[in-house]
Order: sequence, then structure tokens, then C-alpha cells
Amino acid sequence: MDKIARIDMGAAGGPKVTVGDLGEYAGLGGRAMTSLVVAAEVHPLAHALGAENKLVISPGMLSGTTGSMTGRLSVGCKSPLTGTIKESNAGGQAAQVLARLGYAAVILEGKPVGDDLYKIVINKDGIKVIVDNSLKMMDNYLLVAKLRQEFGDKVAYMTIGSAGERKLLAASIACTDPELRPTRHCGRGGVGAVMGAKRVKAIILDDAGMKMRPAKDLDKFRDANRLFVEGLRKHPVTGEGLPAYGTNVLTNVLNEAGGYPTNNFKSGQFAGSSKISGEAQAELEIKRGGSATHGCHRGCVIQCSGIYNDKDGKYLTKQPEYETVWSHGGHCGIDDLDTIAQLDRIDDNIGVDTIEMGVTIGIAMDAGLIEFGDKAGAIRLMEEVQKGTPLGRVLGSGAGITGKVFGVERVPVVKNQALPAYDPRAVQGIGVTYATTTQGADHTAGYAIATNILKVGGDVDPLKTEGQIELSRNLQIATAAIDSTGMCLFIAFAILDQPETFQALLDMLGSFYGITMTGDDVVALGKKVLSAERDFNTRAGFTKHDDRLPRFFYNEPIAPHNQTFLMKDEELDEVFNW
Amino acid sequence: MNITVKLFASFRNGRFEIKSGDYPPGTTVADVSDCLNLPQNELGIMLVNSCHVKLDRVLVEGDTLALFPLLGGG
Repeated sequence: MDKIARIDMGAAGGPKVTVGDLGEYAGLGGRAMTSLVVAAEVHPLAHALGAENKLVISPGMLSGTTGSMTGRLSVGCKSPLTGTIKESNAGGQAAQVLARLGYAAVILEGKPVGDDLYKIVINKDGIKVIVDNSLKMMDNYLLVAKLRQEFGDKVAYMTIGSAGERKLLAASIACTDPELRPTRHCGRGGVGAVMGAKRVKAIILDDAGMKMRPAKDLDKFRDANRLFVEGLRKHPVTGEGLPAYGTNVLTNVLNEAGGYPTNNFKSGQFAGSSKISGEAQAELEIKRGGSATHGCHRGCVIQCSGIYNDKDGKYLTKQPEYETVWSHGGHCGIDDLDTIAQLDRIDDNIGVDTIEMGVTIGIAMDAGLIEFGDKAGAIRLMEEVQKGTPLGRVLGSGAGITGKVFGVERVPVVKNQALPAYDPRAVQGIGVTYATTTQGADHTAGYAIATNILKVGGDVDPLKTEGQIELSRNLQIATAAIDSTGMCLFIAFAILDQPETFQALLDMLGSFYGITMTGDDVVALGKKVLSAERDFNTRAGFTKHDDRLPRFFYNEPIAPHNQTFLMKDEELDEVFNW
Repeated sequence: MNITVKLFASFRNGRFEIKSGDYPPGTTVADVSDCLNLPQNELGIMLVNSCHVKLDRVLVEGDTLALFPLLGGG
């Protein structure tokens, strides 16, 4: 990873590729790379779909190595959904392949004039940008199948479906998994719309002839990786719970804890939760000949995903994960796993964020467009998005816009991005993260659920305000650093509880780059990333008044705890004071 | 007194999902989990009526106790 490629899609005479050295971005990867580039190079008042915006694609600092769990790919830009800086990361094979090809970042710049659609081929010989209008308006599954005829199966694909081409604000970028299914998405913030605005339909990553990235200290790296893997295998969350049940094991947990937002955040418990729980889902997947244990990229030892087959035992989609099952399930009053799996398939196919889309459908239900629990209606609405009808375009523009168009007051968004699957009234800590993260409402940005609800990495009472600011601050710092390494965030469950596993991660980073890496260095990296992101958002016009939850969380108590969001504004304003 | 016990994830293996039963007054969360042969070091999340509790919590008539192993997701 010693070079950065810049592809000017708007260059006179057609797209122009420039490959240069790392310069001031040396040593960065993942979110640190995307956020520092965007903060330094994108005008904060740029239109997110305009030529001034850049789409930065970066593997993590350890991606492309033999290190386990290093397959996260970061994509960054100014978000068309939130107007803030955005980093959206995904698993799949892309990060490993791009890193082995030597690119610390590929940056799509400018915007072509005209209607041509492009594919970008990156291999050991360089980068080619090729017009391919035969791909127009193809959705991800057919698109990847067509690309496989040309480029085969030993590559990784990054693609946008019709939603990205239409520049819908919920549009995602799909990355293929080891079996070349377009199921791992940079979902949040409309990054697919930015790729669509630059008229790039697909990026084909071919690392034939390339080798694993070697560590500076090979022996130490190998030993550290072994200890790291042992740590993940022995922790009950990463070694047992996630492999067996996937992330959807949380449905029952959050429902029991009264923090499961139901029927568009009207209740904290859902009567149909057990039917769509991780336990029920794993049993069904195994019964139908799918799998409840599957890794999204080679080198994953946690294997939190799975394969979901339909009633006839035929592949339908990857295992819908917790947020997806919630957004299309409890949030919409739908208690049927097959419907949720079909919606997940449609989301992946047209290329939209499952959280944003599910929340949006729930808003449409609250508006009376269809009833809560209307399974066929939910699928019909998604088909509108796929067809690009005016209604579909409204829905595909996310929860905030849909709420405005249909006059809904209860719209769960922060900075116009839909809230994920934890009610901040029953889990105060996650509310702090939703309100204050640079990304718009995002659970992964500072996953207070771990300490509030799961009692991993400490114990903070979810119903009280004490300790929540410090918790969210520390988690946001740690997450910004982890998102830069290429590591899957789920390693956090093990490194929060096991100091020796955290040390193994530090040793992996240190031995790879030939430096000494301490916990303080990780904190410094996280703060550097967050500071750059906050600075961009400030210059883009965001103030402390944007670091708030929608008013209904302060005014409407929710059952069963009958509590509102209790954090004071002044407390929220302290999150980034370090 | 009547207590409803709910078990989740791997705790269900060889046990049950939900069961109501009679327990003597003074029964604690630890007593119930011992009764079910749930190793205390595997207990992750313990909820009584949707609120987190510790092992020494004394149960009262009508309580619903939910027990989970250590779990994560997100």
C-alpha cells in the first residue's frame, strides 16, 4: 500500500488516472485515510453529487496481510444524505484485494459530462477506465453475474445497483463476498449515490500475480496474529455467540431489555420478536440447508453471517443481520423471516442501505401509506424503489425526506440519517452516540450497547445518565481507530474484555509497520480521525444544535420503562472535549 | 411464589425457552440459575422485568427472569 490512485472522471477527453505516492497520507488506511482526504480536499459546502466531491476508497492498515479479520473496506465522501463527512465500511473481499494491489486509496474525483457509464478495472498492470453502457440500470445480482462472464471468479467486485445510478440518498456500494455474492455493503449515508454521480457502475479488483503484504517483522506479526485469533476464539461473544446465531441474537436481548423499537419507535417491545429472533433464524437456516455460520471475507474467524435459503432450499440472500431484521421486522411490525429475507435480497440487489430503507418503510406505514405488519405492502414499496417511480424515489431518499413528504412527525433521524435498532430512551448511552457522532445516527460509531445492555467491556446502567458521556466518547475514539485498521469492529467484544487480545492487536500493527504501537497511539489515532471529521462538519455548517435527537425522544416516554431520553444538551456538548 | 423464567441462545440447549414455576420466597437469581445448572461464569445478561440485575437479586411473586449467555452483535 505505497501508492494512491486518483481517477479524474471529469477530465477533458475522458477519465484520467494518476498514480502517486502517499505523501502526507503515509501510514493511513481505512477511515483515517478516507476522512483525512475528504477533510483536506473536499470543499465542505460542495454539493455531494457534484464534481467537487470525492469518493475515497481505502483498505485498512492491515488489509491484504495474513492478519485475521482485516477485510474491512472504508469508503468516504461528503454524504448526500447527511451533508456531513461520511465513512461507510463493509466486509467482503474488496479490501484484501485492493490492499494487495498496493493501493492505500483509490480516489474518484470530478464528474463526467454526458451519459456514459464506466467500469474501472484495477489489476497488477494498472488501472483502466472503460465505457460500458450495457450495464445501465442493472441491479447487483445480474450485474455481477454479467461481469463474471468477462472477468471470472478470482476477482472482487464493487458495484452499484439501480439506486446508485438514480443517485438515491439511501444508495449503497456492494462488495462481493468470497462466493461472489453482492451482499456486503458500504450501506450508510448514500455513498452509492456519489459513485453513481461519478458514473462509475463497477470496480473490478484483480490481484492475480500479487502477494500478501509482508510485515516488517514477519515472526512477530505471525505470533501476534496467532494470539489475536486465540483471543477471539476463547471469548464467548466472538468464539460462540456470533458464530452460532449471528448478530440477530440481539433481537431477543433488546426486546427483553425493552429497547427494541417497534412500529416506528412507539414501543420498546415487539410481540412477534421470538419469530424473527436469531435463535429462530439459525434453526431455519440450518433446516433449509443453508448455514448459520459464514464469513464475509477470507480470514474471518468470527463468521457472524450465514446463508438464508428459501422454502425450496434455494439460496435467497445472506443471513439478514440484526439491524436489517429489525428495520424490516419489528420497526415495521413484520414478524416473518421470509419476508424480511426477501426485503434484504431486494435491498442488496438494487443497492440500498437496509437500515435506511427499513426505517423509511416504517415511516410510510406511520403515514398510512400501508398498514404496520403489511408484508406484501412492504415488498411492493421496495419494488417502487427498484422501478424508480416517483414514490420509489421519495422512499429511496430515506426516512427524513419520506417523513417530510408524508407529513410524519415521528421521524427517527439524526443529521437526516435513520436511527438503528436500539431505542435511546431505553439505552441512554447509544442515544449519546446517535446524537453526537460525526456520521449521523449510527450505532457502530460508539457501540454503547456493549456496556449498557450486553455487559461486555464494563457495566453502565442503560436507564441512567451517569457514565454515558465518557462511555460514548471512549467508544467513539476507539472505533475511529479500529475502523482505520481494516479490522472488523466485532473484535471489540474480545479486546474490551481481554487485555492480552488488545495487546496482540497492538503487536500486529507494530510488527507490521516496524514501529512500537501502544494503547495511547491508538487513542491518538482515533482522536485525529474524529477531529478531522468534526472540523469538516463545522465548516459544512453543523453546530452543537445538530448533535441532538429528534424531539419526540425527549417528549414521548416509551414502554416498558416509560422513560424519555434524559441526557442534557450541555452533557452532549462535552463528548468531544478531551 | 410464581416466577417465569426465559432462557435464550445456548442456554436453551437441553433446557427450555420459557417456563413458569413455583419458587420459595427469598429465591435469588443465583438460586434459579443453579437450579438450571447454568455455570455462573457463562451468565452474561440477567434481566428481571426488563431491568438488569445481579445474581443476588431476590425475586418476588410475578417476576419474569430472562437469562442470556454473554452475547454480542450490532
